[in-house]
Amino acid sequence: MKQFRQIAERMAKVMLTLSGGVTSLAILLIIIFLFKEGLGLFNSAAVENGYALCIHSSNPTQQLSPWQIKRIFDWEITDWSEVSEKKGEITPFRLDEIFAMYPEDEFGEDYELLPQKLGETIAQNPNIIAFLPEQYLPNGNQSVKVLPVENINIADFFGGKEWLPTATPSPQFGALPLIMGTLWVSFFAILIALPFGLGVAIYMSELAGTRTRKFLKPTIELLAGIPSVVYGFFGLVVLVPLIQRTLNLPVGETAFAGSLILAIMALPTIITIAEDAMRSTPRAMREASLALGATPWQTIYKVIVPHASSGIMAAVVLGIGRAIGETMAVLMVTGNAAVMLTSLFQSVRTIPATIAAELGEAPAGGAHYQSLFLLGCILFVITMIISASAEFIAKKDHNKGI
Amino acid sequence: MNKKTKQKIAFSIFRLLGLLIIGILFWILGFIIYNGIGVISWEFLTAAPTEGMTSGGIFPAIVGTLCLVAGSVIFAFPVGVMSAIYMNEYAGNGWIVRFIRIMTNNLGSIPSIVFGLFGMALFVNTLGFGDSILAGSCTLGLLVLPLIIRTTEEALKAIPNSYRTGSLALGASKIQTIRKVVLPMAFPNIITGLILSIGRVSGETAPILFTVAAYFLPKLPTSIFDQVMALPYHLYVIATSGTDIEASRPIAYGTALVLITIVLLMNLLATTLRRYFGRKVKTN
Amino acid sequence: MIQAKDINFYYGDFHALKNIDIEMEAHTVTAFIGPSGCGKSTFLRLFNRMNDLIGDTRLTGECVIDGENIYNKSVQVDDLRKKVGMVFQKPNPFPKSIFENVAYGLRVNDVRDKAYITQRVEESLQAAALWDEVKDKLKKSAFELSGGQQQRLCIARALAISPSVLLMDEPASALDPISTSKIEELIHVLKKDYTIVIVTHNMQQAARVSDKTGFFMLGELIEHDDTKKIFLKPEKEQTQNYITGRFG
Repeated sequence: MKQFRQIAERMAKVMLTLSGGVTSLAILLIIIFLFKEGLGLFNSAAVENGYALCIHSSNPTQQLSPWQIKRIFDWEITDWSEVSEKKGEITPFRLDEIFAMYPEDEFGEDYELLPQKLGETIAQNPNIIAFLPEQYLPNGNQSVKVLPVENINIADFFGGKEWLPTATPSPQFGALPLIMGTLWVSFFAILIALPFGLGVAIYMSELAGTRTRKFLKPTIELLAGIPSVVYGFFGLVVLVPLIQRTLNLPVGETAFAGSLILAIMALPTIITIAEDAMRSTPRAMREASLALGATPWQTIYKVIVPHASSGIMAAVVLGIGRAIGETMAVLMVTGNAAVMLTSLFQSVRTIPATIAAELGEAPAGGAHYQSLFLLGCILFVITMIISASAEFIAKKDHNKGI
Repeated sequence: MNKKTKQKIAFSIFRLLGLLIIGILFWILGFIIYNGIGVISWEFLTAAPTEGMTSGGIFPAIVGTLCLVAGSVIFAFPVGVMSAIYMNEYAGNGWIVRFIRIMTNNLGSIPSIVFGLFGMALFVNTLGFGDSILAGSCTLGLLVLPLIIRTTEEALKAIPNSYRTGSLALGASKIQTIRKVVLPMAFPNIITGLILSIGRVSGETAPILFTVAAYFLPKLPTSIFDQVMALPYHLYVIATSGTDIEASRPIAYGTALVLITIVLLMNLLATTLRRYFGRKVKTN
Repeated sequence: MIQAKDINFYYGDFHALKNIDIEMEAHTVTAFIGPSGCGKSTFLRLFNRMNDLIGDTRLTGECVIDGENIYNKSVQVDDLRKKVGMVFQKPNPFPKSIFENVAYGLRVNDVRDKAYITQRVEESLQAAALWDEVKDKLKKSAFELSGGQQQRLCIARALAISPSVLLMDEPASALDPISTSKIEELIHVLKKDYTIVIVTHNMQQAARVSDKTGFFMLGELIEHDDTKKIFLKPEKEQTQNYITGRFG
């Protein structure tokens, strides 16, 4: 009996120890899965999977970047001299154009003659660049060369200004507009929420009576408890039309609407932490200031707020963290145009909103899918940095104690 | 301007802001209640959506959310409580606990959409659960784990050490002490954490987008490998991409009201419990 | 001249000060002694209305400074506190530079003249016998000073706004003996310009620095007289017992 109990005790301890490691394990798994899928993007070719680019064998062009390919097929780069030593106007060519050149029956029953026709077409035009499915490549033809395509690289991803993950022939994974969109929307949200939140925090910690505080505290907890999709819905049916009407905009779904709703959502975090920080100001310091003839307000902004400054900083950092990661509310009110933000009253798309909106349509394992995981990695890294800095600030505050 | 006028102006602004934040809460709640209350009926709560989700009820979404809440809590609650017991009762105060605590905080600060991505990669694709209650519950379970751990740890910390030493001195083993003395005393506060996580889970949308949620599925799940509708996702769908957004607005208001009632009720219940038991422990 | 007339003070239901009458002359040092919890600190804090900051308190009677009841509605609290400086039990400098600590009182009272502020800071630091030690590091944080220096900084800070009364609430209780003697010397010097009221735990200190001494017990002012008399031949038996260390 006693032995049995000892074994049970030991097993219980093992179970508890294992559970203790579960959060660390979860983080480890998140890192592994996120980065495994995300970094796979840099091993994907810059053209759509299963397709290749062909040029005339006399064409000296060595390699094209995704950005160049995209601009060639958008008729923005029109001369070979812009991308290589070759001169001459570029002729972009897509598969469907071949059907306009030959009658249908010349391709054979199973399109077995299609590669040959494609080969002839390319051979005739030294300026051509053809975007073709790999299964129809004219492999035998001497005057056709398959153009090697660069892999998507880090600079394209972080520096690219075009997010067109489903474009053909070359999808564009320029995450810059998304990253900037996320940062701007969050930044403006904090710009609104900070003075507001600080004001409420001052009111709660310095001015309000016990009864008012008892009422305000649950109010703020409730505000923190409302699900983000409800905020998004509220933003969509109330704030968006309101913004559109009052500011006379073509659409109300703007970065401003996103910032506004995020500001409301970040308020509880900011208020709670800032209030705690201000309440922790030693009484001696308050009294010293008042005893020198300072008014309560002077005491607040000259002594209490500076004393609580690192707590307030931590509140801001955590508020930004909440805003950056917020998905549903932003997805519903910002209009989701993946363009560089030039004004606050323009549609914008953030990283979380992009993931939420596109992951459902991205085939698993493809470049698009991988790019969304890479966006997830960025979010993950940002939030890790944010929680680390909040911890650092809080610790510094702790050491400052008198 | 003299300093008293400045103070008067500043303080009036703060008072106004304090009022404003109450105003915002009432605006949001009032708006949803005002528009949603007329939609709520027995039929709305117990019927499936019909006519491209422009009429009918939200019963499958309610059931789906209940399934997800139950599933995630069944997974996260025991693990979270055990993890907190390990940290508070076994691991001492060394670097291990500090490390675990940092990891728990970090897990808690990861955006919910990242959980969605992770859940899709691990549970849906790698482990082959597919879009299912199982995959969604695991994802949501991970999401609330930090919350459960944190509240349980606080509950355990609040138990004075004298009770532990008292029990150990009577010859009880550590596990017995935890089971018979510590846990029963911490129980109310641990339950508070559980209720808070239920509230949190029922409102989350992003983690279930790609792991379980179905756009329209007017039947109830029969196994944990089925997809389900869920209240928050349903609200998102009919608010933004239904077949007829205008016609489904009332349904959206009704769904928002049901959702917010569940979530806020859980929060309120948790705060009330905490206040009630907090007082009780003090007077003991 | 400071007068208290029939003061009664309550924290909630607790009757903290009972029927206190006292007069303190200008340019004297008055010490209040008594066992802890006797109300001496509470009494001291009445004179710059610091007790206003505590909720649920009640006061009857009059506190008169220079002929005016400071609890009159017409009295502005911050003006009063400018006139009645206070030094606290523990040094409580602000997390600012040494200079800014001393300049704080001037700045919050809307003094903007930089040259004047600089001059007052120097004068106050000199008056607090701290100038020589800090004149080269005025921009440094006040927390870099030792405890005794911090306390003298707090005195300098109080002096900078030119009060007429200086309240000291056990100003040396958190300091080492050397710092304590410096503070005591300082009190001697400051006496000629200020009316000083000091609360102390330390009877020797009261004997050393004060002209008059008041003995408090259980919220009552038992005895108030010349310091010499209180310590050599007190009239009341309770005073006698306390002085000779029979309780407290």
